[in-house]
Amino acid sequence: MPETQRVPIKLKVNGKLSELEVEPRMLLVEMIREALDLTGTHVGCDTSFCGACTVLLNGLPVKSCTVFAVQADQGEVLTVEGLACQDELHPIQQAFVIQHGLQCGYCTPGMEISAYYLLSKNPSPSEKDIRKAIAGNTCRCTGYQNILRAIETAAEMMRR
Amino acid sequence: MQSDSMADRFIGKSIPRKEGRAKVTGRALYVDDMVMPGMLYGATVRSPVARGRIRGIRYAQGIPWDEFTIVTAQDIPGKNCVALMLNDQPCLADQVVNHAEEPVVLLAHPDRYLLEEARRAVELDIEPLPAVFTIDESLARQQVVWGEDNIFKSFLVESGDVESAWGHAHLIVEGEYETGAQEQLYIEPQGMIATFTAEQGLTVWGSMQCPYYVHRALMTLLDLPVNQVRVIQTETGGGFGGKEEYPSMIAGHAALLARKSGKPVKIVYDRMEDMAATTKRHPSRTRHRTAVTREGKLLAMDIEFVVDGGAYATLSPVVLSRGTIHAAGPYFCPNVRIRSQAVATNFPPHGAFRGFGAPQSIFALERQMDQVAKVLGLAPEELRRRNFVKQGETLAVGQVVREKVDMAGLMERALELSDYYAKRKRFAEENPRREVKKGIGLASFLHGAGFTGSGERYLASLVGAEATPEGRVRVLAASTEMGQGTMTVFSQIAAEALGVDYDMIEIVQPDTAVVPNSGPTVASRTCMVVGKLVESAVLGIRQQLLSSGLLPERYTSEQFRQACRQFIENHGALKSSSEYSAPPGVYWDDDKYRGDAYGAYAWAVYVAEVSVDLTTYEIRVDDFVAVQEVGRVINPVLATGQIEGGVAQGIGFALYENVVWQEGQMVNSQMTNYIMPTSADLPPIRVFFEEVPYAHGPGGAKGIGELPIDGPAPAIVNAIENAGGVNVNRIPVTPEVLMEALEGVHA
Ligand code: FES
Ligand code: FES
Repeated sequence: MPETQRVPIKLKVNGKLSELEVEPRMLLVEMIREALDLTGTHVGCDTSFCGACTVLLNGLPVKSCTVFAVQADQGEVLTVEGLACQDELHPIQQAFVIQHGLQCGYCTPGMEISAYYLLSKNPSPSEKDIRKAIAGNTCRCTGYQNILRAIETAAEMMRR
Repeated sequence: MQSDSMADRFIGKSIPRKEGRAKVTGRALYVDDMVMPGMLYGATVRSPVARGRIRGIRYAQGIPWDEFTIVTAQDIPGKNCVALMLNDQPCLADQVVNHAEEPVVLLAHPDRYLLEEARRAVELDIEPLPAVFTIDESLARQQVVWGEDNIFKSFLVESGDVESAWGHAHLIVEGEYETGAQEQLYIEPQGMIATFTAEQGLTVWGSMQCPYYVHRALMTLLDLPVNQVRVIQTETGGGFGGKEEYPSMIAGHAALLARKSGKPVKIVYDRMEDMAATTKRHPSRTRHRTAVTREGKLLAMDIEFVVDGGAYATLSPVVLSRGTIHAAGPYFCPNVRIRSQAVATNFPPHGAFRGFGAPQSIFALERQMDQVAKVLGLAPEELRRRNFVKQGETLAVGQVVREKVDMAGLMERALELSDYYAKRKRFAEENPRREVKKGIGLASFLHGAGFTGSGERYLASLVGAEATPEGRVRVLAASTEMGQGTMTVFSQIAAEALGVDYDMIEIVQPDTAVVPNSGPTVASRTCMVVGKLVESAVLGIRQQLLSSGLLPERYTSEQFRQACRQFIENHGALKSSSEYSAPPGVYWDDDKYRGDAYGAYAWAVYVAEVSVDLTTYEIRVDDFVAVQEVGRVINPVLATGQIEGGVAQGIGFALYENVVWQEGQMVNSQMTNYIMPTSADLPPIRVFFEEVPYAHGPGGAKGIGELPIDGPAPAIVNAIENAGGVNVNRIPVTPEVLMEALEGVHA
C-alpha cells in the first residue's frame, strides 16, 4: 500500500487549540472521535443524512462525516462536549433531560448542536422553525415530539 | 408495612431518566466509542448472489494477506450455527449460500482502510442456483429452498364452524392485503467487540437487546462452557427488535476473529451493511373472507395469513404466532378460522421488529373492517362498535377476556379528541371542490404483552436483588436499556415497593457474569413481566429485614439503610431473587394452540387525518390521535415517548419505508434512499391514556412498547380511502402505489 502522506493541521476544538497530523482522507468525524477522543459525536449513516455527526464548523452546522479533517484547518469546531461549562449543563442539555428529549440518546448530541445553532440565530423559534431546523437530524426513537418540547424549553431558559 | 402516605410516591410520576445526563453530554459510551489496546477491526465478506454453491474463495493479488486474520466456516470450533430456535442458520456459509449478503469469510486487520480494500479483494466463486423471491413461488414449491416444503411454521386457529356460517350470512366480503419489509433503522448501527484468552475465555461487549441470547449462541459456536463466555451490553442506540437476534451473529464473527488472532476485534457495521444484511420486518400477505349479519354483527372470519421469513427461520415461528393470534383483533366473532404460514424465500432472513407480526395482520384486519362497513353501508366506527369484544366474551384463540375492557369507550374518546365526526362531515362536503383531498380514518386493536402462549413459563425468568454495605438496593436483571427507560422504570417500581428513596436503587448493567437470566428485552415484557419480578425480588430483601427484627413495620429510608448495613454486618450478605410464575388461572395449550395467549392485553384506538394530493400523489398525515389503555402508567413521560416513537415508525411503515429488492438484494440500503420520517414529515402525535390497573403487573402496569406500531398504518390507509375514495391494500403507500390505485379506479 502506498504510504499516505500526513498533513499538519491546526484548529480550535471546543475552545482548545489542537495541532495534529492527519491523512488527507481522514474525515472530520474520525478526527474528532479518534484523534481527539471526543466520542460524543456519533456516526449513524456516513452519507450526510442522519445528522448524528453534526458539529459546528466556524459557526455553521456541518455533518462531520462528509467533511475532511483538512477542511477544518485554521477553523473552529464545536462538539457536544463543548456545550457544558465545567459541570454546569448548557440550558439545551438541561432541557433535553427535563423534557425527556431523548430515548437511546444516539441522535442527541447532533440534535443539541442543531438546536444550539437555531437558538443562536432565532431565540424564539416557532414549532415550525424547530421542525425545520432539525429536519436534518433523524431520530428513530422519539417521534421528535419531546425534542421539540426540549428545544422550546431551552429557548425559554435562554431568554431569561 | 409502608404507610399509606408512602403509597404511589413514584409510580405514575414522570421521574427524569437516570441515564439522561451521560447522554446529553456525549459521555455515554456506545460500542464504537470503545477502543482496546492492540485492537483489530473485523470485516465480513458476503455473498453477492441469492442462492448458489460455493466453488471456491480466491484472495486477489496486491493485498498483504499474511498480515490478515482470515476466518471461514472451517475455523469454527463448535457448531456452525447462530443458536436461536431451529439452529438452521450458519454463522458462516459453508458450501452453499441461501441469500444475498450471507457471510462467508471474515477478515481482521489493524488498518481499517486496508481492511476495506482486502474485503473487496476476496472473490467468491459461486455457482448460482434458482432462487425464490415471492410468497407464491415459495408456496408453489417449484424450488425447495428450506427443509422439505419451504414452511418454517404453520398454525391453525378454529373456533365455531366457519364453513357452516357462510350460508347464514347477509353479506360476505373478501379482501387481500400486503405489507412490505421494514428496516428497524436504529440510528446506532450494530457492533461488537470480542476478546479471547485461553484462561479467561471469551468476553464480548456490544449493542444488543438480549445478552443471554448472545451468550448461548457463543457457547454453541465456540464450544465453550458457561463460565468461559461473558456478554456485556454497552449503551445501545435503539433496537426495536433489530438487535434481538442479529447481534448473536456479529458477536460470533468478532469472537471467531478474536480467537484466531489472539487480539481484541471490533466489528461495527456501516449503515449500508447494516441495512442490507441484518433482519427486517417480515413482509406479509393476508386474505380475509368475512361474513356479517344484517345487523352488522360479525358472523364468520376466515383469515389466511402468510409471512415471508427469508432464508432461515430466525424467529419466524414466534413472529407468525403473534401475528396469527392478533389477526382477528379486538372483536367478538362466533366462527373464526385462521390459517397461517411462515415461508422460506432467498431474501436475507426477516426477524424481530417491534410488533412482531401483529402490525401485519392488524393492518389487514382493520382495512377489511372498513371494507365490510362500506359494503354494509355502515360507518366504520359503527361496525366496530357493534362487534367489540366485551368482558367475559372469548377471543378467537379461546381466551376469555377476564379483565375489564371498554373498547367502545376508548373509541368514543379518540373520536372526540380528533373531532372525527365534524371532520368527516366537513371533508365530505369540501373534498369535491379541493385538489388536495382530506380524509380521516381509524383503527382499533389490541396487543398482548409478554411472550406468546407458554413462552414465559418456559423461560422462567429470574431477577436478583441485593443490599450494598452502604444500605442501597441493587437490582440484577438482564433487561437492557435501549432508550425505553428500563432503568428508570425498574427504579420506580423498586422504590415504590420498598417505600424508600428513588436514589437508593441501583440498576446493574447487564453483564452475564453478574446478572441472572431475566429473559430477552422484547415483546413489551420488560415492564410487566420483569418489572413484576423486580418488585418481588426487592420485597424479598425487605421481608428478610423485617423477620430479622432489624426493620420496624413502619420505617424511613434512613432506617431501611441502617437495617441493611446491620444485616450485612451480622450475616455477610443480603440477597433475594424471584422467578417467574404464571398469574393464577392463565393457561395455554401448545398442542391445541388454544387458551390464554397472553396474560394481559393493551387496548387502543388510533385516528389519523391525512391530506392526499391528487396531482403529485403526495400523502401527508396532518394529525394523529392515539388513545390507549395499558394498565397503570408507571412513568407518563416515558410512556408517552414510547407511544410517540412507535407511532412515528408506524407512519413510516404506512407511507415511506420501502425496501427495494433486486435479485434478493436490498438496493436502497442507505438512509438517503430508504426514507424514514424526519421532523418535517410528522404531524403532532397526541397521546392519551385510560388507566385500568392490571392486578398482576407491577403497580398495575401492562406492556406498552409494541402497541403503538400496530395502529398507524391501517388508520392512515383508512383515512386515505376516506379522502380519495380509493381502496389501497398494500403498504407502504408510496406515490407510485397511490397512482396505480387511482388510475385503476379511473380507468
Ligand atoms: S453520520 Fe453524518 S450524517 Fe449520518
Ligand atoms: S433518541 Fe434514539 S435516535 Fe433519537
